[in-house]
Order: sequence, then C-alpha cells, then structure tokens
Amino acid sequence: MIEASGLTKDYGEKRAVDGLSFTVRPGIVTGFLGPNGSGKSTTMRLALGLDRPTAGTITVNGKRYAEHEAPLHEAGALLEASSVHTGRSGYNHLLALAQTHGIPRRRVDELIELVGLKDVARKRVGQFSLGMGQRLGIAAALLGDPQTLLLDEPVNGLDPEGVHWIRTLLRGLAAEGRTVFVSSHLMSEMSVTADHLIVIGRGRLIADLPIDDFVRRASKKLVRVRTPQAARLRALLTGPDVVITGEGDALEVSGLKAEAIGEAAAAHSIVLHELAPQQASLEEAFMELTREDVEFHAGVPELEEAVA
Amino acid sequence: MTSIVSLTPVGRLRVTERRVLLSEWTKLRSLRSTLWSLFAAIVLGIGLPCLFAAVTSSHWGSMAPHERADRHPLDIALAGVNVAQLAIGVLGVLVISGEYGTGMIRATMTAVPKRLPVLWAKGAVFAAVTFLLMLPTVLIAFFASQAIVGHIAALKISLSGPGVLRAVIGGALYLTVLGVICLGLGAIVRNTAGGIALFAGIFFVIPPLMNILPSSWNNAVSPYLPDAAGRDAFSLTTGAHDLGHWAGFGLFCGYAALAVAIAAVLLVRRDT
Repeated sequence: MIEASGLTKDYGEKRAVDGLSFTVRPGIVTGFLGPNGSGKSTTMRLALGLDRPTAGTITVNGKRYAEHEAPLHEAGALLEASSVHTGRSGYNHLLALAQTHGIPRRRVDELIELVGLKDVARKRVGQFSLGMGQRLGIAAALLGDPQTLLLDEPVNGLDPEGVHWIRTLLRGLAAEGRTVFVSSHLMSEMSVTADHLIVIGRGRLIADLPIDDFVRRASKKLVRVRTPQAARLRALLTGPDVVITGEGDALEVSGLKAEAIGEAAAAHSIVLHELAPQQASLEEAFMELTREDVEFHAGVPELEEAVA
Repeated sequence: MTSIVSLTPVGRLRVTERRVLLSEWTKLRSLRSTLWSLFAAIVLGIGLPCLFAAVTSSHWGSMAPHERADRHPLDIALAGVNVAQLAIGVLGVLVISGEYGTGMIRATMTAVPKRLPVLWAKGAVFAAVTFLLMLPTVLIAFFASQAIVGHIAALKISLSGPGVLRAVIGGALYLTVLGVICLGLGAIVRNTAGGIALFAGIFFVIPPLMNILPSSWNNAVSPYLPDAAGRDAFSLTTGAHDLGHWAGFGLFCGYAALAVAIAAVLLVRRDT
C-alpha cells in the first residue's frame, strides 16, 4: 500500500510534484502514467525517502519508508536512473544489498537464476547490456521479498521476451496480494499490465481510475464513414459539436452517433460503403488527456495545430 | 518460470549496524579500484624506502659530513608514507564518491534509508582495512630499509630506540586518519574530481603556500594545518613550533571528526 497526501516537491524554482494525493492498493497492478518530465520518477524517489518532500507526505505500508526496520522487506524498487556501481559484479552488487538486511546468500543465487543472469552474474555490471541491467534491478527489487514494489519504467531496454517476462512477473506478484506500482510513459504497455491507472502531468494528478474507465472517459467517439457522395454527406451532417475530418470518400465524424449518420444518409438516399464507430486507441486517449500537461512539445506549434 | 514465492524465505529481516558493516566490507573488496589503490599503497610504502636506502647506502662514502648529518634512517623508513598517502587519500574519496558517480548511492540509501549507518560503516571498514594493511607496510619498510643501510653505524636504529616504534606506528595511524578525512571530503562534495582536488589542495597546495606568509604568521598557523598536525604522529622529533606528537595527531583526528560530522549532517539533509 502506498499513500500520498498533498505530496509536493520543488527543485529550486521548479515544482516537480504538485499536491499529489493517491492510494496504491495491494493485489492489483497500478500503472503510473505520465509524459516524460511529469514527476513520476520524483514521486518514486519521494516514496523511497531518497528525496524529501517540500510539503505533504507519502507512506509505504503505513509508515514513512525510512521508518521501517527492514525497508527492503517493505518495498522493492527499480529506479529509472542507474543505481548500480559499474565496476562491481552483479553477484556482489546483490550480495552487498542483501547483507544490509541479513538476507540469506542462497536467496541471492536463486534470484540471479530467476531473472536469468546466471551466466553473467560474475561479470562486472559495466559490461551488461541494458536488458541485463534491468534484470539485475528487478532481482535487487525482489531481494527482501517485499510487500510493495515500485518499478520505474521496468520494460525499458528489454527485448520482447523480457517484456513478456516482466508482465507475467508483475501480474504474479499482484496475484500474491502484493502492491505493484509501475510507471511508464507508454499507454500501450499499461493497457496489458495494469488494472488501475494513476495519470499525472506536470506533477499534478490528472486521473485515478480503473483502466477500463480511463479508456471510456478519455476516448473521443469517432465514426468512420465511407461514401462515394462524401461532399453531399458532409453538408448534411451539422450540429453544435460535429467535426468532420478526412478526405476523398472517407470521413471521420465526431459529435454524432453512427445511427444518426446512417439515418441522415438514408433520408437523402446517400450510399454508404462503411459506417463504423471507432474506439480511440489507448495511446490517443492518453495523449488527449495529457495534451495540456506535456512538459516538452516536439515540433512547431503551428504544425501541431494543423494536425490536431 | 519459478515463482518468487518458491525462493528461500527471507526470515526475519532487520537492518543493523553490524550488517551494514558486512555490506560495506563486501562493497570495498569487490571493486578493482580498491585493490589497485591498496596494492599501490603497499608497493610504494615498501619500495620507496628500499630505493632511498639503496641510494643512500651506495653514496654514503662520497657524502659530505653535513649531508650525512641530514640523513635520518627513520626518514628513509617512512619515506613511503608520503607517497602511499596519495593512494589512500584518493581511495578514501572514491569509497563514497564512486557511489554518487555511478548511482549506486540510490540503491545503498534505499536499503538503508536512515543513511547514517552507511557513513559510519564506510568509515569504519575503510579505516580498519587501511590500518591493518599499512601497519605491516611501514614495519616491513622499516626492517627492509634497515637491512640495506644498517651496516652504516650512523644510520642504524632499533625499533626499541626512543620514539622509533611510536613513529612507525604513527605512520600507519597517519595514513588511516588521512583516509577517513578524504572519505569525509568525498561525502561532502559527492564527486570524485572535486573530492580529490580538495584533498590535494589541503595536503599538497596549502602547506607550501604558508611559506609566503611572514614567518611569525607561518609559525603560528602552519602547525595547526591538517598536514603538519598529522605528520607530528610519525616525525621522530618535533620542532619548536610544532604541537608535539600526540597533540598534533589528536588535532589531525579532530579534523577527521569534523569532516565526517559535516558529511553526516549533509547526508541526512540533502536529497540523494
């Protein structure tokens, strides 16, 4: 269980996290979603006591993380930024962390095997690939058999097999009743792993809801229409919220239900080749929701207007 | 795929100072930079006195009387301390700055979020390792250099001579405390280059600059600088302005305590 209340963090003049309040519950995978620079990593660091909040609190399993007598047993973390000495072997890295808590050496060996690093564990971490580094980080996170997991962008750098492995692992950990809190900037990744979503932008909470609701609430209803008489149909479809895009014989209509479009076409004897309600993709829903809160926009503003 | 529930159970876990000490020992011994630095300190600490002893021995016949009078066998035996301090000081900085440089510090502080036990453990492990390696180093340097120059009556001294054992052990103590000071500096600046620059500034740049001051000022200030105070521990005699062997070493320890105390306050206050 992770509980944030009025959590705020300033770095100098810049407010990285702004009055966040949320609860991450055990037994499910909670996705933590936001564009780059939205404050996800900062929130994770605050949860682990690496940074101190400017205001507000964040607790892990009911206490501030640093107050636990066996922190690694309460929370296991995979941070996005590198947190391993490149000159040390993977095995010694895990051993040194395990020793702070009196975690048995056997468990270190077993975890190395579990994450698939058996062949390289005695090599220096500096020689690891990105994916191997992520696996080492996962092993470190699981050392203390933690009740809560905080994973910052865990699939970064993993090959498809690794991505699948992480997903299965996370779902398994949640099924065991653990709290699993996973950040990502990729909506598509969340849609396959997460049951619940917490979305932030510019450090502020945007949404906190089950993933199904998120899609329903954020998606714009579009209807795709194909007709040889596109120009005529276009003129017929009017209304206060109606927006029509598309060219040639294919139109995308928002603000009208498919039924209304079909009836209007029938009343004027317009032939339809296609009439299909479209669900906006998760990625589109996410972009829609966070559009105002994206920290760094790419490209020229006018161009974006034109595309939108 | 094995499930994490089938792994060896963790048992009842708790962070204790003893466990953090063990962890820091693992970290120290598992880095090549540690092994190389300590190896360099040992080789230089023994090799340099032997080299000086050999040169002195072979030139003794042609040396003028005043030149001979300037040669003291203990200076030869402890010549290695002056060079070994470079390796020990750099390693002291690296022990902590290396964690900041690589990001390891985040893993360390996540495992021990109370933070201070890490600083105490790092200091204790590094000091113990340094002393346990440097004491034999200076002893071997003493006996080896004596074996080379001992045939010259003026250069023959015994470990049981007045102040000799104190000076030899003092050499190892000086290196140990210097290492702790540098660890403190590394923790304060959290950056390898900055820590080493600070170490070099305090020990190698400021002392000679003092000679520019009027000698009354120089005499009043210089004995209290870390370098001079620490050297009192392994000098055979102390000059008129020096602090005395143990008073000087006491002050040197005070500097170490100050560096570690500042590091401790900053460690608790700052974001990682």
